[in-house]
Amino acid sequence: MSSQLPALQLVIPLLSAPLCFLIGKARIAWAIATLASWACAAIAVTLLLRVNDGSVIEYAFGNWPGPWGIVYTIDRLNAFVLVIVSGIAAVILPYSWPSVCREIPPRLHVLFYTALLLCLSGLLGMTITGDAFNLFVLLEISSLSTYTLISLGKDRRSLTAAFQYLVMGTIGGTFILIGVGLLYMLTGTLNMADLAHRLQPLEGSRTLQAAFAFLVVGFGLKLAMFPLHLWLPNAYATAPSVVSAFLAATATKVAVYAMLRFLFGIFGADFTYNQMHLQFLLVPLALMAILFASMTAVYQRGVKRMLAYSSLAQIGYMLLGIGLANLHGLMATLLHLFNHALIKGALFLVMANIFYRAGGTAINHVTGLGRQMPWSMAAFVAGGLSLIGVPLTVGFISKWYLIQASIDRGWWLITAMILLGSLIALVYIWRVVEAAYFKERPPDQPTVTEVPLWLLIPTWVLILGNIWFGMNAEFTAGVAEAAAATLLGER
Amino acid sequence: MVTATLILLSLLVPLLTALGIALAGRWPNMREGVTLTGALLLALVVYSLLPPVLAGERPEFTLLDMMPGISLAFRVEPLGMMFAGVAAFLWPVNSLYSIGYMRGNQEQHQTRFYICFAIALFAAMGVAFAANLVTLFVFYEILTLSTYPLVTHKGKSSLKAGRVYLGILLFTSIGLLLPAIIWTWQATGTITFTPGGILGGKVSGVALTALSVLYFYGIGKAALMPIHRWLPAAMVAPTPVSALLHAVAVVKAGVFTVIKVAVYVFGLETLQSAPGIEWLLYVAGFTILVASTIALYQDNLKRRLAYSTVSQLSYVVLGAAILAPISIVGATLHIVAHAFGKITLFFAAGSIYTAAHKTEISQLNGIGYRMPWTMGAFTIGALSMIGVPPAVGFISKWYLLMGAFEAHQYLAFGIIIVSTLLNAAYFMPIIYAAFFRPEAPGKPDDYGHGEAPWPIVVALCITAGMTLVLFLFPEIPYQLAIQVGR
Repeated sequence: MSSQLPALQLVIPLLSAPLCFLIGKARIAWAIATLASWACAAIAVTLLLRVNDGSVIEYAFGNWPGPWGIVYTIDRLNAFVLVIVSGIAAVILPYSWPSVCREIPPRLHVLFYTALLLCLSGLLGMTITGDAFNLFVLLEISSLSTYTLISLGKDRRSLTAAFQYLVMGTIGGTFILIGVGLLYMLTGTLNMADLAHRLQPLEGSRTLQAAFAFLVVGFGLKLAMFPLHLWLPNAYATAPSVVSAFLAATATKVAVYAMLRFLFGIFGADFTYNQMHLQFLLVPLALMAILFASMTAVYQRGVKRMLAYSSLAQIGYMLLGIGLANLHGLMATLLHLFNHALIKGALFLVMANIFYRAGGTAINHVTGLGRQMPWSMAAFVAGGLSLIGVPLTVGFISKWYLIQASIDRGWWLITAMILLGSLIALVYIWRVVEAAYFKERPPDQPTVTEVPLWLLIPTWVLILGNIWFGMNAEFTAGVAEAAAATLLGER
Repeated sequence: MVTATLILLSLLVPLLTALGIALAGRWPNMREGVTLTGALLLALVVYSLLPPVLAGERPEFTLLDMMPGISLAFRVEPLGMMFAGVAAFLWPVNSLYSIGYMRGNQEQHQTRFYICFAIALFAAMGVAFAANLVTLFVFYEILTLSTYPLVTHKGKSSLKAGRVYLGILLFTSIGLLLPAIIWTWQATGTITFTPGGILGGKVSGVALTALSVLYFYGIGKAALMPIHRWLPAAMVAPTPVSALLHAVAVVKAGVFTVIKVAVYVFGLETLQSAPGIEWLLYVAGFTILVASTIALYQDNLKRRLAYSTVSQLSYVVLGAAILAPISIVGATLHIVAHAFGKITLFFAAGSIYTAAHKTEISQLNGIGYRMPWTMGAFTIGALSMIGVPPAVGFISKWYLLMGAFEAHQYLAFGIIIVSTLLNAAYFMPIIYAAFFRPEAPGKPDDYGHGEAPWPIVVALCITAGMTLVLFLFPEIPYQLAIQVGR
């Protein structure tokens, strides 16, 4: 049984999805989805503990050995991402029931849980697979279900948002497919380890460079790299609250992981940095994301949209870490995958709480809530401080390594930009805090009370996660350091 | 082992006090009882650390490992002992005062007020005992955040002041201090405070000067100009906050960090080798003179005191900038001297507000006869600020002057002399008005008041008394200060 865990990681949510649909009862669908997410989380943690000594688990599907069959490869890096994705799902799914009842018409509930499970399995599969084409297939599964999930939003603009994402996402998917196709053309294999091995003598090849470019742009679209980000704010702002929380905490993280896997696991650090000079593309784009997206966030009326722009800036931090091209930079990227999932997951759940009571998440709806929803707003303040990077929160840990990486390089201007970004975060977070605590509730807004415990507990689980892993980052930093060293080929 | 437990207790006691206050929130008498008990317990804990530290012991305690190679750790050395000792002595006195003040003025949200106060003291203890830069930074930020609700205690009207307060303190600490710390870690591989410094031989030349700018402007709580504006802004807070936090805990955490960084991170000799390090002396001198001059023109009593604090804080920075061991002794002693003097002055300001509802200096004519204890204490506090015997301010100023003289820093010498005159110029008129000017004729109900409630009077008499006692018996602070300078 325990040797089948890598398969179960994907199979459990993938089979639960049609099961939900066949049973057709919303409450049972929710229960199945919740149990599936818990099982996934348990499996992911088990896998991480198993590979944390530096070993690698190879699992050949159907006992067809690689490079012919599909192989699932689990090392420290993707086990870490599996924990992030399934952990967030395990917190958000129990939460989802009341929130979904409020935001989505009852006839669509079953569909919602089916789509969410498919999305989860797509994301987990993308992370766990060791096969380039399999990754593309699972990417499409997660993307298609994401479009569905976004379009379920209460706001009718969610339809345009979903369509916009559908177009952009499909272009991204196509680029990735072309990239994978070119690689297959060059080598005749789709197994990642095999690809890495066979690509080495081909370093000067034009086709290889073209494949590299297609893959970077394709994943750039999926992870909302700066000029390719246009789909993200609308999608996050209009999707159902739970979906925003889930996607913000997981989807872009997996895309970043997949890009890392291709860049370092297949092409290799030397090719990426020394031949393709990716850092000269990533660093300016990342800095623009950090500054422009943060500044745009300051001027948003909708708090969810503000958080979406802030996500773009945070993705900028992750890309900057890759662009800095040293151990600490990559470590910062990996840590921020985890840390940002905790931060944004928590903040979007607070938004879901506010939507649940106040019926919207514009700054108007939040005004004066400090008194009326004390626990939710306290969670917002704590999550916001973590986003800014105040010590004893996870945001501080990410920032520490990112700044250290920039100082290692001696790029002082970049150090200044990173700090500027987090100070702009202070401005936009505090705008909401001041509205909530210092202003009276506007007369056209309903007087509300705190959300039920069932919603508060998951929110605070994520907030406490922010604090716990901010005080005690030995484990996460250790995993990230080892994984970063492997990626750079130092170990 | 016992001392390690004491360090842990010095952090736990204020935290548990905060918890207790929250639980007892509904019963004001019990809540105040919790505050007073917690404050007295903390004083007991901190002062039982004093004998071992005086004897040369350096108790240590590691709480947890935060990142690989970086831990939240504590180590009690003389400078930290001094700061913690001052804060722990004044918390019970201030709590007594708070009770009188908050009840006398019927302030809102008193439970939140006492909780934040206890957390601020927790943070101050952490700053005092921090064994490395990251631990210090962590508690420094907790101190900023926990005092924010106190500054904005009055709600909407204090929104702007709160923005300035949080804005400046977080901008400087995250924008300058944090990169300085990471730079230090990157360059030396350690962040532990070490006698003699850690940067010597690792960073040199202009980089060292740049690092000093990052550090000394990053420590926004030391209020060097032009980043001093948060301090006058913070005066919208209730007076007990201005008294203990914005005259003692918060600002002293700032100058304490300045000395700590100068002595234990740079090391005086390394700092002397930095080209252009005189900038610190010039900026501190500029701050002393300009802030004193601004204070001359303030009619609002609390604002005048705030600018006086800005100027007095720079005495400490100046003491560090002279870069002589004896001036470090002076700077260390000035932390104590200024704490007792300034808290007395703020207590008096709050006392006048509570009894007479007066906030402007021009309203204070003849008030000395109605409130003899308050104004008597005010006079003693003011004398200490000016540096006249028999108040403790004289001693610290003496060592500062001696340090400036020995290091041949005649400019610093001149600055201290001129600023003493300025201090006299903005304090003497208040005392003169209070005792020698006749009361202005006003509405009959203005004449009804006498002294403030007794907790306020007792508190300010204790602190005024201490400025005299410390002048006569400066042995313990002196012993600690001499160990810092050595």
